[in-house]
Amino acid sequence: MENIALTEAVFYILLSLSEPLHGYGIMQNAEKLSNGRVKLAAGTLYGAINTLLEKGWITSVPGDSGDRKKEYVITESGKKAVLSEIERLKELVENGEKLTGGWKK
Amino acid sequence: MRKIIKKMFWAWEFEKEEKWLNEMSAKGLALVDYSWCRYSFEECEPGEYTNKIQLLEHNPSHPESEQYIRFMEETGAEQVASYMNWVYFRKKTSEGPFEIFSDIESKMSHLILIKKLLLPIAVLNLGIFLMNMVNFAINYPRGLWIPFINLACAALVFFGVHRIQKKINALKKERSIRE
Repeated sequence: MENIALTEAVFYILLSLSEPLHGYGIMQNAEKLSNGRVKLAAGTLYGAINTLLEKGWITSVPGDSGDRKKEYVITESGKKAVLSEIERLKELVENGEKLTGGWKK
Repeated sequence: MRKIIKKMFWAWEFEKEEKWLNEMSAKGLALVDYSWCRYSFEECEPGEYTNKIQLLEHNPSHPESEQYIRFMEETGAEQVASYMNWVYFRKKTSEGPFEIFSDIESKMSHLILIKKLLLPIAVLNLGIFLMNMVNFAINYPRGLWIPFINLACAALVFFGVHRIQKKINALKKERSIRE
């Protein structure tokens, strides 16, 4: 597993896909999870989805024939990427809080 | 009632063009069609739509572009017009702000795509200028001013490339410290 930071968009896309969702669902979910802070734009999301599909971190779900919207879900390697990212973020937060404790007045 | 407005924007002014289209929408005129320098509007509620313009890698009828446009439509945007590989999207303003790109990386790749469109045109015109200079000097010295038309075209498009490159550089700098 490469030890590189995930982008915020990728992190929230992967988090959103523990349940199968289509593109618009991912946008709504990311916004909800972040209390409205993260607004994924469709072009950016589309590019990220394609890259994640290529990487094998997500996969498209064979959907109902009635629904044209494609749904995606996270894979095992995607889950691994999120878990290792969380470890990295923990380290950042721990160090950040430890060393900035005296900054707040 | 359709209203036609003739107006011209250079490819590197697409953001200015978006701004103008949004001003038109604020006045109650929604873009419904575009062909070379010719904008067709229909009446709408003032400010009903927000417009965005995007250069695609392929023609809008290419399967990859079709797939992308379908994805955009699933998120509440609609394609109102296209011209070559440029697509005009709009979204109801009531559905919130309309952006196509939300990170530095994807904004940069869009600008790089525009640069890739312009650069060959500039280089080609410069090449034609040089070839014609030699050609005219030998065969038709009185027409030596003619090649300068191509030089002017090359200069104009190089200027456009320069404008786009400046934007790319600014984003690159930004990306070196944040996402």
